[in-house]
Amino acid sequence: MDFQLSDDQRDLATGVREFCEGRFDRDRMRNLVDHDRKPGMVDKKLWQELAETGFFSLRVAEDEGGVGLGTAEAALVYEEAGRALLPGPLVATHLAASLGGELGAGAASGELIVGVVEGDASPILVEHLDALDVLLILDEDGIRKVAPADVAGTAVKNPVDPFTPLHHVEALPEGELVADAETAARFRREGAVLTAAVQLGIAGKLTELATQYAKEREQFGRIIGSFQAVKHLCADMLVRTEIARAAVYSAAVTLDDPVVGDAAVAVPTAKLMADDAATRNGKDATQVHGGMGFTWEVDVHLYLKRAWVHATQYGDADDNEEALAATL
Amino acid sequence: MDLRYTEAEESFRAELRAWLDEALPKLPPKPDRNDWPGRRAYDTTWQRMLFDAGYAGIHWPVEAGGKGATPTEHLIFLEETERAGAPYVGANFVGLLHAGPTINAAGSEEQRRKYLPGILSGEDVWCQGFSEPGAGSDLASLRCRAVRDGDEYVINGSKIWTSHAEVADYCEMLVRTDQDAPKHKGITWLIVPMDTPGITIRPLETVMGTSEFAEVFFDDVRVPVANRVGDENDGWRVTMVTLSFERGTAFVSEVVASQRLLHELAELAKKVTRKDATAWDDVALRRELGHLTAEFEALWALTKWNVSEAARAGMPGVGGSVFKLRFSETKQKLYELAHRLLDRAALVVEDVAGLPSGDLMDERLSSLSYTIAAGTSQIQRNIVGERILGLPKER
Repeated sequence: MDFQLSDDQRDLATGVREFCEGRFDRDRMRNLVDHDRKPGMVDKKLWQELAETGFFSLRVAEDEGGVGLGTAEAALVYEEAGRALLPGPLVATHLAASLGGELGAGAASGELIVGVVEGDASPILVEHLDALDVLLILDEDGIRKVAPADVAGTAVKNPVDPFTPLHHVEALPEGELVADAETAARFRREGAVLTAAVQLGIAGKLTELATQYAKEREQFGRIIGSFQAVKHLCADMLVRTEIARAAVYSAAVTLDDPVVGDAAVAVPTAKLMADDAATRNGKDATQVHGGMGFTWEVDVHLYLKRAWVHATQYGDADDNEEALAATL
Repeated sequence: MDLRYTEAEESFRAELRAWLDEALPKLPPKPDRNDWPGRRAYDTTWQRMLFDAGYAGIHWPVEAGGKGATPTEHLIFLEETERAGAPYVGANFVGLLHAGPTINAAGSEEQRRKYLPGILSGEDVWCQGFSEPGAGSDLASLRCRAVRDGDEYVINGSKIWTSHAEVADYCEMLVRTDQDAPKHKGITWLIVPMDTPGITIRPLETVMGTSEFAEVFFDDVRVPVANRVGDENDGWRVTMVTLSFERGTAFVSEVVASQRLLHELAELAKKVTRKDATAWDDVALRRELGHLTAEFEALWALTKWNVSEAARAGMPGVGGSVFKLRFSETKQKLYELAHRLLDRAALVVEDVAGLPSGDLMDERLSSLSYTIAAGTSQIQRNIVGERILGLPKER
């Protein structure tokens, strides 16, 4: 047993972090949300760069043109995506790349932007619809594919996360069955772990933002991070992040190597712990920033709002706690 | 990242399981909680069995008489012994996990020869004299003093929270030997035989009404200078050496035990009724059980993460405080849930109406100490904030 990053995994995480800092730094992130909103909030040029870096083909076999890595590596990549607040249906497109055929190849290469929606959701809110080339519906029978143009929806005027535009849809079209129920279940498992990885990245970034502010801001003639009331908020954020990290990496390794654990426990654990870390760290980071935390200008709310979006994807807290209780 | 155990690790596990199957039925019956001589006898009998089988001092270096196991083997050892229901380290705790490793690292060759074998074989039981009524979280402010008189130190003062004091053979002690030096620089580490004249032990009654530890008073207690470990006034550094033995395994047994209890509570929830349904039918309660399942699964993953980190680095990482914070608070929540399940049976610290309220409420009360003992959660948050996040100390 050696439950630590290998040298290759460390290099991968560092490389992706450098890529994100180079191509989607804070200025570009703020520019997208404050000045230059794209249809569906997907920057197609950036999307293509993500595809070339392997964001979508990461787990596609090498002889099929992919990178041939595992879920553990994908978790490290998606953690960095969360840290950088990369927008768009990244996990959905990554999952679609595993479907093979034209759809899979298109998703892997970045030519197709693919969204996912749960068929039995209520209300049905489709994310990034204006940017999508394909929408996949997950339901009991499997995965159905529909053309975004066939989705009759109304654009939501005030989505909580400005990076995640939503369409309210009364009824989804039937679509064409492209994968069986087993594949749909696999999508949910892998989607939960990779979304949990995104949340882990958000939780870690929020800890950094709060700690950084606590080291700079002075009141009563002191750095506020020296006050235990503030210090302990930051400490709790780190604890949540590290618990989530262990849970997310462990679930990812378990999906790659099922004999090492029980995916029925590991997957909902990862999602539950990471959702909890991201959303609660969002609240605490706001608190540490005081009045500034309540402003649009400070990034904390953008991370918190994204965390709220992810917390509803591939299983929310209700689903995960019930799923875990069922294992007892 | 690899969660697979190696072949060597798996065969270590298999051998241990086979031995446990054979050894555990030979154990005498468990003594009553308040029977201290009985508890000492039980714990040291188990230690002797481990010693005879070659498992004593599993994580001690071979040259100290231990097995020299890797951190991962130590994790497997603790996991398997707990799963098999083997006794906990009990009265051997201070000797095996604290005094022994400290003497091995900072003591003289003579001290190693004199004290280590008795710890490994279960012959000698040690207790700890560190905390004082006026020195808890701020341990370095301790005032119990030792004054040099020829070849002896003369100790005066008192210690508190000393477990197993009544039945211990030796006490590892921190004393002040320089009143004028800065507080960390005037402390010395001493070995004090508990039968030395001038020692008075007064049991402390806990919230459970039992005496888990004692206050120990020292009146002109004389010990040879040869009982000093490390240099005079260098005791704080010696103590820090002790902490460096931690390899992320400190809570392995407790996580395994908590997971087992969680399953037992789920069974209990399916049995006890609330009006016309079972507690399990209560969504809030069931979801809390699900949530705690995730907490302990994540803590188990973090255990493996910390153990692997320590195995790579050969020293503990910074994760100990992170782990202790979350674990102690989560374990309290587990007993809060038990309390909730018991409803009015929680008013009885003995089994009532077919419910296991005796053990559960005893542990429920005991769990109040988790966030206090071995560094309060408030101190742990300071450590995380200052040593990991780099926030400034409060002035």
